[in-house]
This record gives sequence, C-alpha cells and structure tokens, in this order.
Amino acid sequence: MKHEADITVIGGGLVGTAIAFGLAQDGARVMMLDEGDIARRASRANFALVWVQAKGIGMPEYATWSKVSADGWAEFAEMLADVSDIDVAFERPGGFMMCLSEAEMEARVRGMKVLQAQPGAPLYPYEILDHAQTKKRMPAIGPDVVGSVYCDLDGHVNSLRLFRALHVAIARLGVSYRPEHAVEAIVPEKDGFRIRGPWGEVATGRVVIAAGLDNARLAPMVGLLAPVVPSKGQIIVTEKAARFLDYPVSTVRQTDEGGVMVGDSQEDLGFDTQVTYPVISLMAQRAVRMFPALAGLNVVRTWSASRVMSPDGFPIYEQSRQFPGAFVATCHSGVTLAAAHALRLAIYIQDGRLPEQMACFSARRLNVPQAA
Amino acid sequence: MFRRLPESDTATLRFKIDGRPATGRAGESVAAAMLAAGVVTCRTTPIGGQKRAPYCLMGVCFECLVTIDGIGNRQACLIPLTEGMDIRSQDGARDMAGEPVTEAAP
Ligand SMILES: Cc1cc2nc3c(=O)[nH]c(=O)nc-3n(C[C@H](O)[C@H](O)[C@H](O)COP(=O)(O)OP(=O)(O)OC[C@H]3O[C@@H](n4cnc5c(N)ncnc54)[C@H](O)[C@@H]3O)c2cc1C
Ligand code: FES
Repeated sequence: MKHEADITVIGGGLVGTAIAFGLAQDGARVMMLDEGDIARRASRANFALVWVQAKGIGMPEYATWSKVSADGWAEFAEMLADVSDIDVAFERPGGFMMCLSEAEMEARVRGMKVLQAQPGAPLYPYEILDHAQTKKRMPAIGPDVVGSVYCDLDGHVNSLRLFRALHVAIARLGVSYRPEHAVEAIVPEKDGFRIRGPWGEVATGRVVIAAGLDNARLAPMVGLLAPVVPSKGQIIVTEKAARFLDYPVSTVRQTDEGGVMVGDSQEDLGFDTQVTYPVISLMAQRAVRMFPALAGLNVVRTWSASRVMSPDGFPIYEQSRQFPGAFVATCHSGVTLAAAHALRLAIYIQDGRLPEQMACFSARRLNVPQAA
Repeated sequence: MFRRLPESDTATLRFKIDGRPATGRAGESVAAAMLAAGVVTCRTTPIGGQKRAPYCLMGVCFECLVTIDGIGNRQACLIPLTEGMDIRSQDGARDMAGEPVTEAAP
C-alpha cells in the first residue's frame, strides 16, 4: 500500500494542530483531515487560560502534565511565532481564583490541599490571600471578595490568534491540510490505515485521532476508546477597555486587546454549567461582584460551546494495542496543554510509543469498575 | 460640511465638544450635533489607532463611540443631545480608571 502520508491527523482543532505542529517540526510527512468552517470546534470558543492551579484532583499525573505544558508554553509560543509570524500574546503573570464567601475560600484551600496530598502530585507553591492582600495586587476587586488563591504558574493567551498561528504554522511546515474532509471510517490494513469519507480515501502509515467530540465514534474503529461527551460552557465578552486587570482570574480575564471575557470555568468548585440564561446572568453577577467596574462595560457578545469531556475529566492519550500506529488524543484543556502536545506528545507519537509515565492517560482506566 | 435643514427649529441646546462650546437642537442625536459642529473624527480605534467617524447613524456599526459626561464608548448616534452635555472624542480604548462606577443592575 502506497502511503500518502507518514502520519495523518484527523481533526484540525487545537489538539490536532498542536500535535501536527510538533510532528512537522520533527520532520514527519503529515496530512491533516478536517471538517469545514462551520464545524463545532471548542478551539474557536474557549476562554484562553493556560491554567495549572487546582487541576488534577483524582489524577496527580494530570497536575504534572498541566504544569509541564505551562512551563513549556513560552518556548512553544516562541516557536510558533518563528514559523507563523503571529504573536499569540502569551503572558504568565500568575492567576487568581477569587472567592466571594468564606465557604468558597475554604473549598478552594481544601481543594489545593487535597490535590497536593496525592502521592506524586507536583508541590508547586501557591498563596492564600485575604481581601487586603488580594486588593494590593488587584486593586480593581470589590468589597465582596473574601480572598483568593494565587499561583504564579498560571497565564493566558489570545486564543483566536493561537488557533490561527497553529494553522499558519503547520501550512508553512508543509503539513498537507485538507478541509471539508470529514472522516467517516478508518480501516486498519496490513501496514497502515485507509481513511475514508465522502471525498474519497487516503492511505497512511499512522493515524492520530484528534477529532474532538467525534473521537468517541472514531476511536473504536481502531480498537481504541474515547468516550467523550459535550459539556457546555458559556462566555461573555465586553467591549475593549484600557487595561485594568493585570492578572487572569479563573473566570474573568482581560484580553491583550482590552476586551474582558467572563467564563464559567469547569474548575470552579460547585459551579454547575448549563446552557441557561440564569447561568449567564449569574456569571455576570459574580464577575461584577469581583470587579465592580465591569458593571459599566457593554457586553458585545455571548456564546456557548461544547467542551470535549471524558467521563473523569482527564485527558486520554493512547496507542492502539490491536492496531499499533493508531493513536487517540483528547482533553478538555487544549489551550493549556497545547505546549505539551507539540513539544512532548508529538515526539512520542513520532517515536511510535508513549512512555511509561503516559500509561495513566489510557482509556483503560475508565473500564475499571468504580466502587459505588 | 453638514448643514441643518432650514425647517429644523426646535429649541437650541448648548453643549461642549472637546472642551469647546457649541450649540445643537433638541431632538438631535449627539452624532448629528457633533457633525453639524464640524467634528467629524469622533474616535481612534483601540488596536490600530485609526480615525473613525459616525457611519451608519443607526446603532449598528459602533463607529461613533465617544465619551459623554465622563463615560466612554457611548454610541453618539443613539443618544439624544441634552443641555450642558460634555462630549469628548475618544482616543483608543475606553479608560475606566477615571470613570464613575456604574451601579450594577439588580
Ligand atoms: C467555553 C469553553 C472554555 C474553554 N476554556 C479553556 C481554557 O480556558 N483553557 C484551556 O486550556 N481550554 C479551554 N477550553 C477547552 C479547549 O477549547 C479544548 O480543549 C480544545 O479546543 C479541544 O480541542 P480539540 O482539537 O480536541 O477539539 P475541537 O476544537 O472541537 O476540534 C476538533 C476538530 O476535529 C474536526 N473533526 C471532528 N470530527 C471530524 C471527522 N469525523 N473528520 C475530520 N475532522 C473532524 C472538527 O471539525 C474540529 O476542527 C474551553 C472550551 C470551551 C468550550
Ligand atoms: S454610527 Fe453606527 S452605531 Fe453609531
């Protein structure tokens, strides 16, 4: 079978493009099959945090993986700028989780303790700040802020520019990008895979499934599992204003261009996410209690989009045992993890094996019967 | 450049544009009064610093943003002129630092 590509990546979202970027940098002949512009893409709708704090309760390796990625982000942003000539405005001033009640404060602090009490969890420093200490660093907070948790590992980017930079970069690195090429089926063959759609078919040596929510359907075709489901998230964006927030907060951030985004962070303890008008107004109310000046800003857009969520919320990275050469990659924080996907995961895929420390991300963990 | 229709004979209103005194008529929008007063460029854009002027005059394009009585990013074409208004053309992004804090709606 003559292969048109060494490696074919299915899906041109943040996960697929970051992997393709890493593979192409490493010299692989890569093809990317993607849907068209109207496809559902978490990558075009996210909140743009590169976030570490509080992540990984239940899987300390995920905390480490997030930190590895955030630590690699500056280098990744520089590599991207070199190839694409696009500055994605990565900043890492550290981030805050604002608490509006004593109960929230306790829950946050408890969360950090539980996280770091896990064997093998990264013991990075964080600070528990009261109102006055928080106000010193973020003068814009309102009287309702009881306190905050600050961690200097957190940052943010311009997410739309990140998505564009990745696409420009992979094109310049010679990745053969095929939009309007939705994949219907992947057929394992003796020395590779045949990938089919209404547009025809291609033969490839290896395949990386990074198709967001469609991973659930595609992965089983090559003996893999990725039972991801949509989890709605909503975002409010205001008009541009002169900079008044110097740090990202888990649910409020001012972009490099001045607009303020308000989101319903998944990491926000006890914050239920549903696509309902009351959620948007609750998000806005909480944001205004955190930063009263927001009340005077005009909202220019709101939207909701689907996160790509695995049953336990952790990423799935795996190579098929049955059909080696087929990989799946999926996660719900594709901005944060973009650097690890480009700088690490892509290299593992290129080498043809995921190292031992990645075994925890196998979907086989999901088959273990849970204690009731 | 712009002239009022001869039949516009409503009450005269005094206002300030970039600190200079000017007059308009009751019933005019801030944008119309500014244009009649000879002020065409109402703002510069936050990112590119380009000049902008009222364009659609019906609330759609957001090109007409100005600072009115200390509050930035107000749509001049939708706001009726009132006596004594302090209107300023806006340089780049709205700067909330000097603005009075608006009460949040309950
Ligand atoms: C509201 C919201 C806020 C978020 N905030 C953050 C944040 O602050 N920080 C963070 O790190 N992450 C955040 N995320 C998550 C982040 O956006 C996602 O993790 C990331 O975009 C997922 O990328 P993906 O490539 O897996 O999926 P997608 O972006 O959905 O891309 C999948 C791609 O695969 C294509 N595709 C699908 N099916 C097929 C098929 N059969 N054949 C070919 N192509 C196919 C699609 O067209 C699409 O291009 C947020 C997400 C949401 C929704
Ligand atoms: S001129 Fe278009 S919105 Fe005012």
